[in-house]
Amino acid sequence: MPVTDVTHDMDALTLTIVADFAAPPERIWQVYADPRQLERVWGPPTYPATVVDHDLRPGGRMTYYMTSPEGEKFAGYWEIATVDEPAGFTFDDGFAHLDFTPNTEMPVSRNEFRFAARDGGTRATYVSTYATADALQQVLDMGVVEGASSAINQIDALVS
Amino acid sequence: MAEDDEDRADALFHALADRTRRDIMRRVLAGEHSVSALAAGYDMSFAAVQKHVAVLERAGLLTKRRNGREQLASGDVAAVRSVGSMLTELEQVWRGRIARIDELIAEEPS
Repeated sequence: MPVTDVTHDMDALTLTIVADFAAPPERIWQVYADPRQLERVWGPPTYPATVVDHDLRPGGRMTYYMTSPEGEKFAGYWEIATVDEPAGFTFDDGFAHLDFTPNTEMPVSRNEFRFAARDGGTRATYVSTYATADALQQVLDMGVVEGASSAINQIDALVS
Repeated sequence: MAEDDEDRADALFHALADRTRRDIMRRVLAGEHSVSALAAGYDMSFAAVQKHVAVLERAGLLTKRRNGREQLASGDVAAVRSVGSMLTELEQVWRGRIARIDELIAEEPS
């Protein structure tokens, strides 16, 4: 597993994950810059993601939906804040209605992705912050995380 | 989702978002302490420590019982775990994404 460090900050409601990838930052950047690659990594195999709008520029918007095994769709959007290709970008990730208008009743997380060159590869740092414990709980209660555990098991099965 | 669960999550995070209360939790998770013994360990009034203990009790992180004139507090390990488990659940989602990126970049020469 490329994950090298995980920090839970219960005060700041922040999750920080550090991972080392065996490819340079330019390659990791492509994963986010190409909607077809992004949808392959964003949703678990049981909840595949489909990226609809894709504008990875400051002020740009990304929209996507994830489809449950029963065919139910859950939509989300990214609002891109800052972009520093290929060193990283920041964005807000929120829930949307099926027409991709933001669902303001649902929480928004602030995300910071950083990609630093390291020994020919990339050290990626993912920081995800929720405004309140309520928001975090709400996100976990949503179907978004369903299937995540099974996804991880599938990957483990695949690589073992 | 149940309103109760949200209220509970709020109470948990609020209770643990304070250094003194986290310190009290560390002590009472290690074993039962009287509130006065706890109070002796901090540079604050007995009443202030009692207040912190009350916040932890309301959040379900700690239970109190009386023994004569003493109030004895002990930590609830399961409740403390539930706070961490929310972030751990989220961590699993991210670990899944990272594993998929790793798989994707291994597929093709970069």
